[in-house]
Amino acid sequence: MSTADAHDANRRDFLYIATGAVGAVGAASVAIPLIDQMNPSADVLALASIEVNLEPVEEGQSITVTWRGNPVIIRHRTAKEIEEAKATPVGDLPDRLARNANLAEDAPATDENRVIEGKEQYLVQMGVCTHLGCVPIGNEGDYEGWFCPCHGSHYDTSGRIRRGPAPENLHVPPYAYVSDTLIKIG
Amino acid sequence: MSGHSTYNPTNPVMKWLDARLPLPRLMYDSFVSYPVPRNLNYWYTFGGILMIMMVSQIITGVVLVMHYTPDVNMAFDSVEHIRRNVNYGNILQKWHAVGASFFFIAVYIHIARGMYYGSYKAPREILWMLGVVIFLVMMATGFMGYVLPWGQMSFWGAKVITNLFSAVPFFGEPIVTWLWGGFSVDNATLQRFFSLHYLLPFVLVGVVILHVWALHVTGQTNPTGVEVKSGQDTLPFTPYATVKDAFALCVFFIFFTAFVFYAPDYLGHSINYEKANPLSTPAHIVPEWYYLPFYAILRAIPDKLLGVVAMFGSIAIWFLLPWLDTSKVRSAAYRPIYKQLFWILLVVFFALGVVGANPAEGWWITAGQILTFYYFLHFLVLLPLVGLLETPKPLPSSISDSVLANGSAKAPAAQPAE
Repeated sequence: MSTADAHDANRRDFLYIATGAVGAVGAASVAIPLIDQMNPSADVLALASIEVNLEPVEEGQSITVTWRGNPVIIRHRTAKEIEEAKATPVGDLPDRLARNANLAEDAPATDENRVIEGKEQYLVQMGVCTHLGCVPIGNEGDYEGWFCPCHGSHYDTSGRIRRGPAPENLHVPPYAYVSDTLIKIG
Repeated sequence: MSGHSTYNPTNPVMKWLDARLPLPRLMYDSFVSYPVPRNLNYWYTFGGILMIMMVSQIITGVVLVMHYTPDVNMAFDSVEHIRRNVNYGNILQKWHAVGASFFFIAVYIHIARGMYYGSYKAPREILWMLGVVIFLVMMATGFMGYVLPWGQMSFWGAKVITNLFSAVPFFGEPIVTWLWGGFSVDNATLQRFFSLHYLLPFVLVGVVILHVWALHVTGQTNPTGVEVKSGQDTLPFTPYATVKDAFALCVFFIFFTAFVFYAPDYLGHSINYEKANPLSTPAHIVPEWYYLPFYAILRAIPDKLLGVVAMFGSIAIWFLLPWLDTSKVRSAAYRPIYKQLFWILLVVFFALGVVGANPAEGWWITAGQILTFYYFLHFLVLLPLVGLLETPKPLPSSISDSVLANGSAKAPAAQPAE
């Protein structure tokens, strides 16, 4: 660069920086739609809620329904299962949070916080292992709750992780009772 | 290595072209007159075999796309349509599916050869690292391709592998939702995987060109690990290496086509002939055989994030191999202790594959943990230490010396002991 060029540097530098800035903003504004197009589309987001009648679910029986493309496990628990779940101290759990979308995020993982009060026989939870997303199998595993066949995570009768690689309890989706036996998920 | 060009066109058209775009000169210098060490054995033919496998996968893949439909309701049937209705479709589909397996067989042999002969050492670090990138791109491509038939194993493999990213702290869940384009693996996922499965092979071609470029800058290694010192040590690529590569390719294709024609589904999983069902995970899900060792490492660690880190780390560690291996001697043929460690590592890697294929129960878990521990021990502890402690055997003074010695007496083994 000659000294004459250096003399003109102010104008050229300004143009250089201004052009670079426009380029950067342009690149960012192009990148956003290109990246965001991969997020869930409007129709996927619109799959709002489903209603499930719990009446035909006998004690000791589980049903699986689909909500937003994922299985939701609904189990009518036996008295023994509820007792076992209640008897487990929260301190013994690998994940001490309830993971219940209907409660505060820091709610402790007691059995009461996994169900809705007065309806504790019905456990409603996502059938999505919190490890890598497989569907756990019911009435299996060392805690007689659920067992994930993929990588060997054991969940108890409250759907809480007890042993294995899964980091969190099975998530409880947002749901509420519409009537005595009808729930609305989502 | 690339010396003075000996390309000397006599045809006036070629002369005219050479003065304007010397592409024939580049090809001539790279694949005809290019000097290769004269002692290359058959383990060195897998680079050429891989090149052919890549081209074969791209050609069959482009053809299959003419008949395949990336839609959750039609994908499974369209693959069956290819296998049953499309002219020669049964061979083309199997060629592509079995081809993926044989692509990986060849790449594993190629990588093992690089590790045995110390091909990653200075000045070939970039060449080696590009190779690791190629392997990663191959893995991503193979994984997405396996999802496309939309069978049970396709679906659950996709779910488990994409869920690996949910282990990322804080951003895990948004990342996975972004990858899926929904709240589960669904049509959006299938369509983007299809798009990327078509794109990545061409990325692969690009990285392979860089890999070959880097190879032609430094020149090939050879079984002695001694650098080429004079013209006596080399032979022109054509006809010597060309013919050797072609012969090896023919033998390789005998095995490959035997599978294509007589056991096309042997390397797959029968459960993948069941259409994907998002509500039921098959009792025993496993990835394709070529991912099993890494899958075993993932499962060996009883913590989600650390398991994922270990799995990616087990490949990422290869990037550091040129610096983890402290030995001045390249070839394992002259490194008595490293040679044994190499074979142990190979057995461990194979055993990890067996563990990965079996359910995560009982002593399989323990075995996986011990093997995973050894795998990392090899790269992080044994390799740096052995390089410092080991006394290598005397190296031949040149490649031609070693070749001549081999002719008369049985001198240092130039081939891995089998």
